[in-house]
Parts: sequence; C-alpha cells; structure tokens
Amino acid sequence: MGILIKQKPAIIKRADPLMLLFYFLSLVLLLFVFVVIANMIIGQVLTDFAGLVDAASSKPVLKSIFLSLYAGFLATMISLLLGVPTAYILARKNFTGKRFVESMLDVPVVIPHTVAGIALLTVFGANGLLGAPLQPYIQFRDAMPGIVVAMLFVSAPYLTNSAREGFKSVDPKLENAARSLGAPLWKAFVFVTLPLASRHLLIGSIMCWARAISEFGAVVMIAYYPMIGPTLIYDRYLSQGLSASRPIAVLLILVTLTIFIAVRILSAGWRVYDRD
Amino acid sequence: MIEIKGLHRNWKEFRLAGIDLKIRDGEYFVILGPTGAGKTLLLELVAGFYQPDGGEISIGGKNVIGLPPEKRNIGFVYQDYSLFPHMNAKKNIEFGMQMRGIKNRSKKAVEEIAGYLNIGHLLHRHPNTLSGGEQQRVALARVLVIDPDVLLLDEPLSALDPGTQDATRKILKSIHSDSNLTVIHVTHDQTEARILADRIAVMMDGRIVQVGTPDEVFDKPVNDEVAHFVGVENVLKGEVIESSNGVCVLDIGGKVLEAVSECAIGDTVYACLRPENVTLSKTGVNSSARNSFEGSLLEVERMGALVRAKVDMDGSFLLNAFVTNQSADELGLMCGEPVVVSFKASAVHVV
Repeated sequence: MGILIKQKPAIIKRADPLMLLFYFLSLVLLLFVFVVIANMIIGQVLTDFAGLVDAASSKPVLKSIFLSLYAGFLATMISLLLGVPTAYILARKNFTGKRFVESMLDVPVVIPHTVAGIALLTVFGANGLLGAPLQPYIQFRDAMPGIVVAMLFVSAPYLTNSAREGFKSVDPKLENAARSLGAPLWKAFVFVTLPLASRHLLIGSIMCWARAISEFGAVVMIAYYPMIGPTLIYDRYLSQGLSASRPIAVLLILVTLTIFIAVRILSAGWRVYDRD
Repeated sequence: MIEIKGLHRNWKEFRLAGIDLKIRDGEYFVILGPTGAGKTLLLELVAGFYQPDGGEISIGGKNVIGLPPEKRNIGFVYQDYSLFPHMNAKKNIEFGMQMRGIKNRSKKAVEEIAGYLNIGHLLHRHPNTLSGGEQQRVALARVLVIDPDVLLLDEPLSALDPGTQDATRKILKSIHSDSNLTVIHVTHDQTEARILADRIAVMMDGRIVQVGTPDEVFDKPVNDEVAHFVGVENVLKGEVIESSNGVCVLDIGGKVLEAVSECAIGDTVYACLRPENVTLSKTGVNSSARNSFEGSLLEVERMGALVRAKVDMDGSFLLNAFVTNQSADELGLMCGEPVVVSFKASAVHVV
C-alpha cells in the first residue's frame, strides 16, 4: 500500500486589481521623491566630486549650514518650552474657544511662507510692533534672533500637534492613579505622562527641527544675513548659477539626512507603550 | 469614618444628586448599582480627582473638600488597574513610597506585600506581560504598600474571567479581614456585593436609594426598582455539612441542598444559582435534578418573554425562577399556591 500524497490545490495567487493599481501609484510617488533626491546627490558625486569637496571645505558654506542647524535647534527648544504646555492643555482640558485656539496654532502651516516673513517683519522689524521697543536690546532684522523667530513661527505647530497627540494617548486615569499614590500634579506629569508621551515628543521635535532647517521664505524676508544654508544656495544660484549652488545643496541634504537617520536609529530602541 | 453629606455634581451625562453616606471605620462598604448610575464618579469625588459642585466629604473627621488627591491618603484601584506601562511591577509598587520620599523601608515593604499577594515572581515584569488577575494583584500591592486610610475599588472584578474572579474575591476578603481597612467597593454585580459587603448602598440614577446589610437589601428592597435590580440572582448563604467526591451538602436555613463543588465541612459559603436553571412544577418532576423543594409562590412578575416567579421555601430562603410565558400559563401560577422547585446540583455555583 502506498502512501497517499494529497496534491495541494494550486493556490491562485492574484492580487486584487485595485491593490495592483495602489501598488503602482505608490511606486510612482516613491520614485518621484527618490529620483529627484538621488539624481542630485549621485549626479553631483559622479560628475563634479571636486565641487562637493570644495563646498565641504569652504568656510562660508560650512558656516551657513551650521547656522541652519543651530538656529533650527534653538527654534525647536523654544517650541518645546512653549508647545509642550500648550499641547498638554489642549489634550486635557475642554473650554470654549478651544477649536479657535487649535486653528490659530495651525495657521503658520497653511499660509505662504513669504507672507509669514512679511508678517514677521511688521512685528519684529526695526519699526515693528515689538521690534521698535526692543530695538535697544535685541536686533531681529538681519540677525540671528530674526532667523530663530522666523523658524519658530513656521515649525512650532509640528511639535505642538505631535505633543498633543502624545498626551492624548496617555490615559488620564494613569495620572489619577499617580496622584492618589501621593504624587502632586507636577510629579505625575514628569514621572508618568512625559515618559509615556516621549516618543511623540521626539518625533515632533525632529519634524519641528527639520521644518526649521528647510525654511527659506520666511527667514529670507527678515534676515538675508547672516546667511542660512538655503539662503546661501539661493544667493549662489542667482549670482553664479546651478553648478555653483548644487554642491552646497547636496552637502546640506547629506548633513541633515545623516542627522535624521542617526536620531531615528537611536530612537528605534525605545519601547512603544500603546494603550493595550 | 467617611462621611458624605449632600454631595452633588453634574458631569457630562452623569448627575449625582444629594448623596448622603456614612461609612464606618473598618467597614467593607459596597456601592451597588447598574451601569451609568454614577458610581465611579462618586468614588472619584471621594478620591479627589474631581471637585464636587456642592456638599461635604470628610475622611476620619477631616474635611477633604478642596484637598488634592495626593493629600487624602487613599488607595484607588481602577477597573483596568491603571498600572504604569513603562515601569515593571516592582517600580509600580515602589511608586507611592518614592513620591512620599520613603526610601529606607521600601525594599522590605515591597517584599512583604509581594509575598502576601503572591506576586514575588512577577516583580521584574512589565504590566503588559501580566494576566488580568496578576495585574490586579500588582495594583492592590501598589496601593496597600502606602498604608492608605481607605481603599477605593472601582469594579475590581468585572474585567476578570470567572475563575480569577473567585480567587480575587477571596484576596479582597482576606485583605479586609487581615488589615481591618475601610473599603469602598463599587460594582454592578449583586453576587459580589452580597458576598463581600458588610453594608450595601444601592445607587440608581445618581442617587442612593437604599443602604443596609446584604440581607436587608436583598430580602427587603425598598421599592420595585431595587427589587428588580437585586432580585434576579439567587445567592444563598449556608454551611457545608457534608463533602465527598466533589459533591457537597449545604445547610441553608434548615434546608439541605446538594452542589457539585469541592468544599470543606464547616465552611460558610454562598450558593449561587441562576433563575433560568430552576424548574418550576406543581407536583414535582422525575428528573436528574438532585435538589427539589416544596414552597409557596410569593410573587409572579411578567418580564417580556419570561415570567419571574419568587418562591418562599417555608421561610428558609427565597428563590427566583424564570419560566416561559407558555409554561406559566400551563401551570396556572397563582400567588400563595404551593409549588415545587427543582434544580441540578451542577447548576449550583459555590463560592
């Protein structure tokens, strides 16, 4: 007697046509982004590596890239200081006008950034609403504070929104439990709420910083000098053309990508505490 | 003593209207009511998570209105335990002592409480790796270790499976008898209330409708609403007089009842019996049911597709039975008439 081997029925493996269409469209989007970035970086490396090396050893270029990162970092820190408490209130409290407040905080995301620059100038310019009385103490126009203010304006919403989602994901019962165990509100916030929302805060901070570094329109209106990376690229493009500006652009992209990838890898080890 | 006077508060769809309660020291006090009665809100007001719109709460003679939760020295356990997910069990238990700045005796205290609740082997684990019953014990350890004046329990058993419920109920009972702690326990489960409570407050639609011992509440409900709510389950208190081969014989108010269960002779137990498992007849039926009693029909109530019959066993105990409309008509149920109730020994759940 032989052993009967049941032949498995051939599984018809065919994706749904709709999914095929979705795969195709997502591939188009992915390639669109990838080709644009990769073409610039690879093209630069293959055709004009010397130009990249030149840019990387040029003092004004390095200075402008460092300024972008540093000013963006300051804007992110201020966003954290102001945005985290705001986000906590929005996540925990209900009050009349809450929707208005939320929309207000999102306005910088939707207005054109040159418009934001003009608006900032009328407030922080030498004759501006705050710029004039602060004139003896702090300069915004064509100065570091102006860059930070412009970056803060356009990037703070990213941090506030992410932090708000983070705080919302922390069950208020956990804070209640902490309080009943003897923790005043600030201790419950520091030892329970903040650690549980930390991933959202980190992602929000990265988004905020990335947005600050990539800002050009608002910054250039209020502070053409000292030049941040994007301003220098624009300046070189106008005065010396594409071949002079591209190496700086590639360098800026490589530096920022490296930092973001590093942060992502470091934070990947963090545990995610989802509610169940 | 915990004294609540004229407490009221409106909150979303819940409304507490003029709550008056006195809970004695060392009492196991159960607040029993249907879902949405405002029980949890009342507990949270006592804990101080919310402030009332008006009224008074005092704990141990001290008015606590306006006092934040961290100053009330209460232990609060939520239905879903609310363990801190980013800390292991040990860190969770230590949290209260850390917040109070007690460090020197914390190690010993954690070991003691962990031993008492049998969670010593779980201390290094994070809450999301623990079962419901284990989480519950860690949550209890976390509040007991700070030696609270009063323990507030919000539906502590309702998220657990039946087996774990029985075990946890025993733990709550022994915590209370070992520590003489004042406990306020909120639940919608009548069996739980009857078994654990020294006294019960029945809460409906944001008000307290009856306060009394379990016997008072279950045998003499103040109105139809309470009767309806507490009357559907049969929970009978008795003593084990015989036990062999997984069958035990209980003495319930002089009547002898058999149940499939492992018990120790002499124990005081509760026999729980669902009304749909009770058969009603005029003359007694020949069936595999081991328990059969003659009684008189006390009350008949039509509840849609079913009829609820309340039968008095010569004053020994009361039993609720569900019969269908059709069989109620066939039997011709009339109040005051003699009837025979029977049920299987396996239908009795002994706790």
